[in-house]
Amino acid sequence: MTAPRIPLTVRLGILAVLVVLIQIGLLSQLALFGVPPDIGPLVVMSVGLLMGSIPGAVMGFWMGLMVDTALLQTLGIDSLLYIVVGYGAGRLRELRDPDGALVPLAVGAAATAVTVVGFSIVEFLLGVDAPVSLLLVREIVVTVIVGTLLAMPVYALVRRVLSPVLPDDFRRRRRRAYTTGGLSPITRSRA
Amino acid sequence: MYDKKVRRRRAVLALLVVASLLLLTAYFGEANSGALHSVQRGVLTVFAPIQDGASRALKPFRDAISWFGDTLDAKSQRDQLKHEVAQLQQQLVAAKAEAQTHIDLGNLALLDHGSALDQYQPVTARVIVRSPTVWFATIEVDKGSGDGVALDQPVVGDLGLVGRVSQVTSNASQVTLITDHTSGVSAKVLPGANRPATDLRSSTGVVVPSVGDPKNLLLQYVDPSQKVQPGDYVVTAGSTSGPLESLFPPNIPIGQVSRVDAGSGDVGQNIHLKPASDLQALDFVQILTRPHAGLGVRAQVGGP
Repeated sequence: MTAPRIPLTVRLGILAVLVVLIQIGLLSQLALFGVPPDIGPLVVMSVGLLMGSIPGAVMGFWMGLMVDTALLQTLGIDSLLYIVVGYGAGRLRELRDPDGALVPLAVGAAATAVTVVGFSIVEFLLGVDAPVSLLLVREIVVTVIVGTLLAMPVYALVRRVLSPVLPDDFRRRRRRAYTTGGLSPITRSRA
Repeated sequence: MYDKKVRRRRAVLALLVVASLLLLTAYFGEANSGALHSVQRGVLTVFAPIQDGASRALKPFRDAISWFGDTLDAKSQRDQLKHEVAQLQQQLVAAKAEAQTHIDLGNLALLDHGSALDQYQPVTARVIVRSPTVWFATIEVDKGSGDGVALDQPVVGDLGLVGRVSQVTSNASQVTLITDHTSGVSAKVLPGANRPATDLRSSTGVVVPSVGDPKNLLLQYVDPSQKVQPGDYVVTAGSTSGPLESLFPPNIPIGQVSRVDAGSGDVGQNIHLKPASDLQALDFVQILTRPHAGLGVRAQVGGP
């Protein structure tokens, strides 16, 4: 008898709540190279890469809303940026279907960059009263580097959480091609 | 079939983006007492105990991770502290001499009243949440209106000013730090350890953050004829009227002048401060629930 599977939407909901709690309870209070690591965009990016553009965008919207609410920030900023991240990662999967091992690393760097640069642009548009230091650029660069370093473990974790219920898992898809008439590279070389 | 899928995808994306923009516009446009702010505070009220629990439960992990960085910093901090101890010893001698003078004048009691924080009824609070973005320099603490906390009350750390209360619920509050881009504190400069107390008689200004550089504050609008030097202390002005009206009681340390650059145009000098409190490593803070308690004493001192 196998244990009942937790539905995908419930998994995503639990994942989002846990990520927000860990982010605000642990990660926001740490400093790696002087900046707090932010795994929110990386989780949204991972969902987009694994599940496609619509689940990525929806996950981005809700996670952004939770982060903005929990941190008493201006509502809508993180939602908007996370939608871009989730949708972008999802479209990459749908259009290019990348399977390189380093894809999450590159997409994680892009996701973090979109979030921090986008946040700064929105804040400038809303009006900044104080002088802005050039060190802001350094802060953005360091944040992107930290995000890039964390992208692989976060992606692996999200993939592990979602893999039992993924509608179209990468590995399963490749295996299907070999076992239903398609030739594996080894078989093809022998033929 | 393909067209239907594409249309659905675009519709969902448009819906989410419009929802985000509506939230952003409505939130930014409404007052602090508006519906969205109230919902946000309601959520905080419900989740504050969970956040508090998570923060406490994860503290060992935070401490373990921080230990590595702290060890690396320890050596340089030790050298810096040795230097500061030497400076403080000089200051102590100067302060003792000054205190003797005040005793002679019979004003010591009034000075004690003027500098003690106890009169402001501080409430000690634990930091439960920190904002991870450089644009929102805020923290959340586990004390709220039920503990006497109200909007705009000053918040201090172990070494100096931290910020002010910007949102309050019954059991938690948000504190906007002095490094947030919306912050401004009226301040005055006190001469450093190596300068006579008679220097800098009217050097008041406004301390503002330097966005993107949380370890640096800027002191603006200081009279250019006042020559501020590295090592001078900056404390809250505590003025209650005029253009630089202050939310904060007087004489709370804000920071120490680290660098003074020549300004351009109307700006006589660009004064950089190192914050007195380490705002990135706060575990506990004190909220001054009666920030104007010292006004009576000050009126007595300043009166005829």
